[in-house]
Amino acid sequence: MSTAPRLTALDAVHRALGATMTDFAGWDMPLRYGSERDEHIAVRTKAGLFDLSHMGEITVTGPEAVDFLNFSLVGNIGSIGVGRARYTMIVDADGGILDDLIVYRLGEAEAPEYMVVANASNAQVVLDALTARADGFDAEVRDDRDAYALLAVQGPESPGILKSLTDADLDGLKYYAGLPGTVAGVPALIARTGYTGEDGFELFVAPGDAEKLWGALMEAGEPVGLVPAGLSCRDTLRLEAGMPLYGHELTAELTPFDAGLGRVVKFEKTSQSDTFVGRAALAAAAERAETAPPRKLVGLVAAGRRVPRAGFSVVADGKVIGEVTSGAPSPTLGKPIAIAYVDAAHAAPGTEGVGVDIRGTHEPYEVVALPFYKRQK
Amino acid sequence: MSNPQQLRYSKEHEWLSAVVEGVATVGITEHAANALGDVVFAQLPEVGETVTAGETCGELESTKSVSDLYSPVTGEVVESNQDVVEDPSLVNSAPFEGGWLFKVRVADEPQDLLSADEYTEFSGS
Repeated sequence: MSTAPRLTALDAVHRALGATMTDFAGWDMPLRYGSERDEHIAVRTKAGLFDLSHMGEITVTGPEAVDFLNFSLVGNIGSIGVGRARYTMIVDADGGILDDLIVYRLGEAEAPEYMVVANASNAQVVLDALTARADGFDAEVRDDRDAYALLAVQGPESPGILKSLTDADLDGLKYYAGLPGTVAGVPALIARTGYTGEDGFELFVAPGDAEKLWGALMEAGEPVGLVPAGLSCRDTLRLEAGMPLYGHELTAELTPFDAGLGRVVKFEKTSQSDTFVGRAALAAAAERAETAPPRKLVGLVAAGRRVPRAGFSVVADGKVIGEVTSGAPSPTLGKPIAIAYVDAAHAAPGTEGVGVDIRGTHEPYEVVALPFYKRQK
Repeated sequence: MSNPQQLRYSKEHEWLSAVVEGVATVGITEHAANALGDVVFAQLPEVGETVTAGETCGELESTKSVSDLYSPVTGEVVESNQDVVEDPSLVNSAPFEGGWLFKVRVADEPQDLLSADEYTEFSGS
């Protein structure tokens, strides 16, 4: 088996732009084009253009597509309207999180069609799980990872940029909705989703159209400050927005209730049956969370300048009370920030005396509610 | 990117200026600064501290990682760059100039530092 990294349809574009590339889940992806801080600030104040072609698309069709997805995922897929999207998760039989997902409903009731978008690092796991779980359902699971390139335009200028390139009704397109349309002459699924905390769009297109679309977006966006943006700033953007990342805040060792995301689990579904994979374990986890609160996911803001990293201990009174799951210098706040799981007793915003063990030194941190950053609407 | 001819370079990507009246200046190369990404925190050796060639004497923190800072030379630190402590991005914007890190009274100069051309070949840039 070849271990050469996979290249996206935009690989030549990234190299022409002089991007610093990095291996990410087996893909060679742009980490940054210049300064990741400048890219971050551009997305917050103007707009950034991302290549997210490493994400894993899986199409589900067939008469029993809804029943199958309700059985396979923790959410109530039947309540998603046509053209809408939903954040959900797939868990194993023990309730452990296999991945967090966005499910787009594309087809009407007479021709059910859903697109499940998995994280690059978990796409194969999700595909295998869905394929196995489809047994007994009149539904088809199709690996569409190679069928799409994915471009994301994120930031306050993104609606204006996109409007100049499409006749699609963007004003009618709500957050977490998607519709088929044409952008710069390229057929695209236009979704108002993203992972940056900003308004923005994700455009699923054929790989052969990716370069043309990238060029058109850059041309339309450059006058208003659109810049290419890499995975490094994507991570600081999502961190400021308090959004979980698989492998950091979400793992197979945690149930959605342990991750503070129990609300995504729907025990009652619009299906023939309310049975779904992990149901019994999740019901027990929900009860545990009520009686013995698990560690809570909180935000930490540094008093000093040293940056907490994933895996560092959170301490209070010389004792370990939690663990950092993600940390980075926040370009928006101008201070290091972190997301951490901490014992419930120390989780309230404003709790005094909390620190992070940074290579042996206990640096003081303020406990805050997530997110660190919320855009003005 | 070009590495100034008048400097010498370590394989840990520090540069060392010529020794003037016993004192030399230390920084990291543009190649190293680019590899780190945006530097956001610099812990530099303090005045009076003794640094040893090839050993760690501080750390540079960037968006994604923290890297040890090695000294290319042995001696006593006579100045650390407070401008960099205040504004670590100087390491990225001017690695060979305003982004210098510390000055050291040289006690022992290693013989294995690289010339600019050797370093360019070593680092590939």
